[in-house]
Amino acid sequence: MAKPTNNSEPTIVAFLCNWCSYAGADLAGVNRMQYPANVRVIRVPCSGRVDPLYIIKALQEGADGVVVSGCHPGDCHYISGNLVARRKFAMLKSFLEYLGIEPERVQFSWVSASEGGRFASLIEKVVDDVRKLRTPRKIVKEETITANVR
Amino acid sequence: MQDAEKKMKTAAKKLFDDKKVDVIVGFRKGSRANSSRPYFARSAADVENLVWNGFCTANLAAFLPGLFEKPARPEDGYKPPRIAVIAKGCDSRSVAGLVKENQVPRANVIVIGMPCNGMTAAVKGAQVKKDEIGRACLECVSPMVKDADISITGESRKPAKGGYARVKAFAAKSSEERWKAFVKEIAKCIRCNACREACPNCYCKVCFADQKKPAWVSPANELSETIAFHMGRMFHQAGRCVECDACVNACPMGIDLRLFTQKLAQDAHDLFGSVPGISGDEAPMLNMFKQDDSECFITDPEEK
Ligand code: SF4
Ligand code: SF4
Repeated sequence: MAKPTNNSEPTIVAFLCNWCSYAGADLAGVNRMQYPANVRVIRVPCSGRVDPLYIIKALQEGADGVVVSGCHPGDCHYISGNLVARRKFAMLKSFLEYLGIEPERVQFSWVSASEGGRFASLIEKVVDDVRKLRTPRKIVKEETITANVR
Repeated sequence: MQDAEKKMKTAAKKLFDDKKVDVIVGFRKGSRANSSRPYFARSAADVENLVWNGFCTANLAAFLPGLFEKPARPEDGYKPPRIAVIAKGCDSRSVAGLVKENQVPRANVIVIGMPCNGMTAAVKGAQVKKDEIGRACLECVSPMVKDADISITGESRKPAKGGYARVKAFAAKSSEERWKAFVKEIAKCIRCNACREACPNCYCKVCFADQKKPAWVSPANELSETIAFHMGRMFHQAGRCVECDACVNACPMGIDLRLFTQKLAQDAHDLFGSVPGISGDEAPMLNMFKQDDSECFITDPEEK
């Protein structure tokens, strides 16, 4: 992972659901669409599978931003996984913002399997948003301690 | 208050005499002046030790999941105990929450509802001030006990108006100021886990903070780990925190934890109309959804 202090090229962690958004990312690739290479994709079964701790950990471990994407409401492979996730993320996003984490750093979206273009523009937007931030990363691990523990 | 204590003792004694309960969870006199501590009365003779005064701050619902825990190999004919709990408004809201989360069989609980005048704020160190009502009680919107099986009558507080004034004031600061204030508060934490132990909602057998594989937070004394712990602990209160301040009173470092958890309570109310233990939702708020739940936080990359 890129150095956490390196602000010029942000690292974005993307949690994508297997059935829609991951396939959407695949489609973007197959169609040779261009999008920033800053993104590190993690495939999850469903957006409902994304525990808020994943996001907190990603930020702590050096991600400059996190984006979670799942099927559009109504299209969930598991019927309602993304609808449950939607409540959770609404709470989480608002909570993290309240604590002082910039809303640009944690974003949520819906991308279907046929929306390669939407995926590419989503990543472009998130990378762009994070790059524009003038404030430092928030949950920063102290390197010395990490080195000792590992 | 003395009157309420007397009535409560009579009711408690009757429960034992009628063989209706195995344990009564209540308070007894603490070891310092002006203090009370949780107490388990197991027989009619123990009832004498029960007290009811202005220092009964702990949320007694926190003991219920442990008392109802099944033995590792329940012998044949194992029956869950019958437990009565001396409840304030906040305790009763927690009982409702625990029932909803299947931690407590409602049929085995007898809620003894007390008239609550608000409890003294816990004071750190030896100096205990009298007659200083805690913040949670000043802000309490539901001093009345919910679904009491036995109601002890008496004078009680009027519900506060609510409105989350402190949350709004904090939210009005700039993002960087909020982060600084949050970190400043959290940096005091010594990771003793007292906030977790005091909270009725924290009944998990293995807390995420104690898990080793994956180790969500390391026990290392490092600020980012403490921040991650608190973000995790607080977010687990989303739609569940009854704003009893048991965590705040338990914290040896005097951390204002509820300034942050209260935001979750505000959002639960504003976004989903849920007030833990009061609004009577049929399932925990984050286990439910509606087709038309808010989408305002969703990033739409095609939006111009
Ligand atoms: S988080 Fe604190 S205020 Fe909320 S229910 Fe738990 S102990 Fe009470
Ligand atoms: S009780 Fe206070 S010091 Fe202990 S873990 Fe909780 S916040 Fe930290």
